[in-house]
Amino acid sequence: MTNGDAYITGIGQSQVGMKLTRHPLLLTLDAVREALAEANLGIDQIDGVSTYPGRTPGLLGFSPVGADELVDALGIKATWYAGGAEITSQLGAVVAAAAAVRCGLARHVICFRTVYEAAALARPDEYPVPRRDRVDGTSQWTAPFNALSAATWTAQYAMRHVKRYGLTREQLAQIALTGRANAALNPRALVREPLTMDEYLSARMISSPLCLYDCDRYTDASTVLIVSAGDALDEVSCTPIRIAAMAGSVDRLSWDQAEWMACYPTGIDLWKHTDYKPSDVDTAQLYDGFSFQAVAWLEALGFCDIGEGGRFIEGGKRIALDGELPLNTFGGQIGAGRLHGFGFAHEAVVQLRGKGEARQVAGDPRVAVCTSGGGPLATALLLARD
Amino acid sequence: MAAPRPLPRLDDTNRAFWTGGAEQELRLMHCRDCDAFIHPPRPVCRNCLSENVAPRTVAGTGVVDTFTVNYQKWHPAMEVPFVIARVAVDGAPGVYLTTNIVGCPVEAVDIGDRVRVVFERQDDVYLPLFEKID
Repeated sequence: MTNGDAYITGIGQSQVGMKLTRHPLLLTLDAVREALAEANLGIDQIDGVSTYPGRTPGLLGFSPVGADELVDALGIKATWYAGGAEITSQLGAVVAAAAAVRCGLARHVICFRTVYEAAALARPDEYPVPRRDRVDGTSQWTAPFNALSAATWTAQYAMRHVKRYGLTREQLAQIALTGRANAALNPRALVREPLTMDEYLSARMISSPLCLYDCDRYTDASTVLIVSAGDALDEVSCTPIRIAAMAGSVDRLSWDQAEWMACYPTGIDLWKHTDYKPSDVDTAQLYDGFSFQAVAWLEALGFCDIGEGGRFIEGGKRIALDGELPLNTFGGQIGAGRLHGFGFAHEAVVQLRGKGEARQVAGDPRVAVCTSGGGPLATALLLARD
Repeated sequence: MAAPRPLPRLDDTNRAFWTGGAEQELRLMHCRDCDAFIHPPRPVCRNCLSENVAPRTVAGTGVVDTFTVNYQKWHPAMEVPFVIARVAVDGAPGVYLTTNIVGCPVEAVDIGDRVRVVFERQDDVYLPLFEKID
């Protein structure tokens, strides 16, 4: 019997830190080695590579390693590969790989996201950012108004929730507090100290209503997920995690022309591809580059109504590790570091395999949702252990 | 915000938007066939795919759809705090402009505020900022 599904098999992660000196290609190799070892696969069995956003000359810290570079450096004989930013956010690279293995274009695809932003910032001679005289493309509509960071763009969506639905700082704080509490239990997390409500409330504002602790921070790390074809599972030794549903969307590639962030249509669409329902989800790993994005994802995925996200997380019990919907159990990006989307899928697999150790969700979780993207791009994956 | 702002690179498609302020006019790309406004400006209408598009002057008023008060100095010369807002442009349904609300304390800005364009010139660019209408 053929199995036409796509699965996540081996997963791996390098050291996670700031201002690391290990070469970013070698960080990627560390994560690849861990993933191969877990799946008991050899590099010669890898026939595909997928990444987001590919090597970005001029912004090398954001993405220092490209798919073709990895193919060449590791001697991979690829029948399919892809890498680029024009996809429905970071986990779009996993969606592409899943589509490829389901079509028979490859059997085992290394999906990776390597970030080197803290190191690059600390070593500008090695990682120069070229000065531009003028801005163009989408940034010409924000940069001239000194809306220079995604913090200022996301803050405006968050402010609408504050004004329209009564989202409070105490409610929003629960994303950061929960993430930091879980990060304390994750040996690889970037920040291991818990955060208190008092510390949160007294933090300086970045862009209202987002304060310092609502933002992730530059991180150096590589995360790898191997996506394998259903009919190649006899070659792997770890428990395969089925990609039960995938969804992604873009309407306007713009942070101001879209009425709402892309997570909303994506969240609705995800459930059209599966018989599972939000109530079947045992743990949620939701993008929190900025805390409000996780609130929006909770609403978008139907865990609560639009506008109810603040009240849903109020007090933090519901989304705590021992709550009814454990959220960002590795710490999220706010606690574990800006792994940029891939950390959420990595943790979903860890939890579904019961390998979370001190941070393991109780009750034998079988279904997890993970997402990436804020603003105009969004991807959601529903993962299941059969 | 006395420090120079990053400026757009002007081309045939965006020049009307960025230089209309020389005549105190806010100009948006508009479709002559279906009457839709197209922003960011492009040489094709995203509503009906017509190429019969041209810049059109709008009233220059609008409503604050949402906003944030920015406190972070994204570069050392930046003067903070200041308001970044998304303004829904009167007469151009579906068009929003990211901009700054100027001429009032940052605490005075709220969603729903009526605003009017004021242009700030820097080099050859006229930036459409907005101020509150009393």
